[in-house]
Amino acid sequence: MADIIKSATRASYGKALVKLGHERDDFIVLDADLAAATQTGKFKKEFPDRFYDCGIAEQNMISIAAGIAATGKKVFASSFAMFAAGRAFEQVRNSIGYPHLNVIIGATHAGISVGEDGATHQCCEDIALMRTIPGMTIINPADETEAIKAVEAAIELDGPVYLRFGRLAVPIIFDDDYSFTVGKAATLKEGSDVTVIATGLLVHEALIAYDLLKAEGVNARIINMATIKPLDNEAVINAAKETGAIVTAEEHSVIGGLGSAVADVVSENYPVPVLKLGVNDTFGHSGPANALLDEFGLRAANIVEFAKKAISLKK
Amino acid sequence: MSSITKKELQKIACKVRIGIIDGVYNGKSGHPGGSLSSADIMTYLYFAHMNIDPKNPKAENRDRFVLSKGHAAPVLYSTLANRGYFDVAELKTLRKIDSRLQGHPDMKNIPGVDMSSGSLGQGISCAVGMALSAKHFGNNFNVYTLLGDGELEEGQVWEALMFAANKGLSNLTAFVDYNNLQIDGTIEEVNSAVPIDKKFEAFNWHTIVINGHDFDQIEAALKEAATIDKPVAIIAKTTKGKGVSFMENQVSWHGAAPNDEQYEQAIAELTTALKALD
Repeated sequence: MADIIKSATRASYGKALVKLGHERDDFIVLDADLAAATQTGKFKKEFPDRFYDCGIAEQNMISIAAGIAATGKKVFASSFAMFAAGRAFEQVRNSIGYPHLNVIIGATHAGISVGEDGATHQCCEDIALMRTIPGMTIINPADETEAIKAVEAAIELDGPVYLRFGRLAVPIIFDDDYSFTVGKAATLKEGSDVTVIATGLLVHEALIAYDLLKAEGVNARIINMATIKPLDNEAVINAAKETGAIVTAEEHSVIGGLGSAVADVVSENYPVPVLKLGVNDTFGHSGPANALLDEFGLRAANIVEFAKKAISLKK
Repeated sequence: MSSITKKELQKIACKVRIGIIDGVYNGKSGHPGGSLSSADIMTYLYFAHMNIDPKNPKAENRDRFVLSKGHAAPVLYSTLANRGYFDVAELKTLRKIDSRLQGHPDMKNIPGVDMSSGSLGQGISCAVGMALSAKHFGNNFNVYTLLGDGELEEGQVWEALMFAANKGLSNLTAFVDYNNLQIDGTIEEVNSAVPIDKKFEAFNWHTIVINGHDFDQIEAALKEAATIDKPVAIIAKTTKGKGVSFMENQVSWHGAAPNDEQYEQAIAELTTALKALD
């Protein structure tokens, strides 16, 4: 595991689009005047005739994507998570979700690690919003390797896909041999005392937490839950049965995100303590991304604290 | 252009209107006013103009139609049924719990419906996406959409218009059903988009203003549209509730179903009009 090399998953998104562009020409990429930031600009540079800028009009972009998909073609629609999932929520629901169209929403700048732009751009509600749409697949990759594999998998799926990417450069955790399957959890570390189910940039923190817990004699199972919908229920239920306590970790509101999805499955199938680490029903603010992650408690040390508490709550 | 006569089109439009009334009456709800106002435009598109085949509703190179004013679903369903996409008798199942004829168009389950719609402002953008796809992938089909005049109050409409002109989507034609009434009153009373033609022109669309109940004018407008190298708006002045005397120009018939007596009268009027064309 080489954890020195870092890359933002938005950059991985751009790279993956270019790679796909060389392999096939049956898709279009849309953006809403944020190509440099979402990194679709990489695709635009390589394939200028296959890229369309919708301008600052995300609602229109999402419905345009639906129209393209309705003609049987594939399309990526890209913007910041705040605008793709937030501003255009109803277009995603009605234009794309209801007819179950093959639109891939590439949403970047998710979570508080957006940093200096502050609360208006720090979307911590997108997973919650997208989870409520029937038939929506939601993938929140942990690193560059997984982000690229997620993009490649998304174009093969039937129905709408929400891909969630970050602005902040994060360690590359996985090598090219890493196997990514939509809807399947990846158990990164086996353990029997507690399970940490993490997604996105919290996966790397969870791996650090694994070592910290081990030093204290706690064997944690670490699961990377890149696909939040459809959730790998089996992995969650097995974690509940086999470790008796669960901590979820995500750069998203504790309301409606991965933690809520896991708690739903656990409470209905095999109730055990589930503690949700995330943005605790509050807005973010401006500041360096890493300082914000510290301040909002989205670090390995916080996972350790939650894991110990979860274990203490076991019956 | 088809060789179908004006009289034949007028007869079909009568049948389409009967189907609208049948649907809304039996469904005990729905939107007759804006369905009746656009019945002639829909009749012309589906019976005289669009490159479509009811036996092959998913043909890749067919022309597309998006009912952006999705609440006028009764006119779309009645037009499709009369055109042969499904049985006219099915129109009576409109909005019923076991029917595929949803309150607003559902592309997944209704043959001939090219796009689900209903949330105003989105259909025009979807039509723009279809037109963009055709241009990009070299498909030679045209895209038609029908907007309500009240729908023009949705900001997304103007996002779509700006984009379509900027990308030179000459394969896109948008009708505006300019019947001057929306739920809360006349469009001037509520939040006027007037002057509609000037606004479309300002968004770099070619604009044609017609009487939306005159097949000659509809035909001429579509003929003109085919020669224009940019998206075309056909602003069709219409009468809400057209063809049923007590519904005409009455905002109360935007979204209401006739009772038994009103149903009988409406069907009688439309049947009389149909017979007069024999």
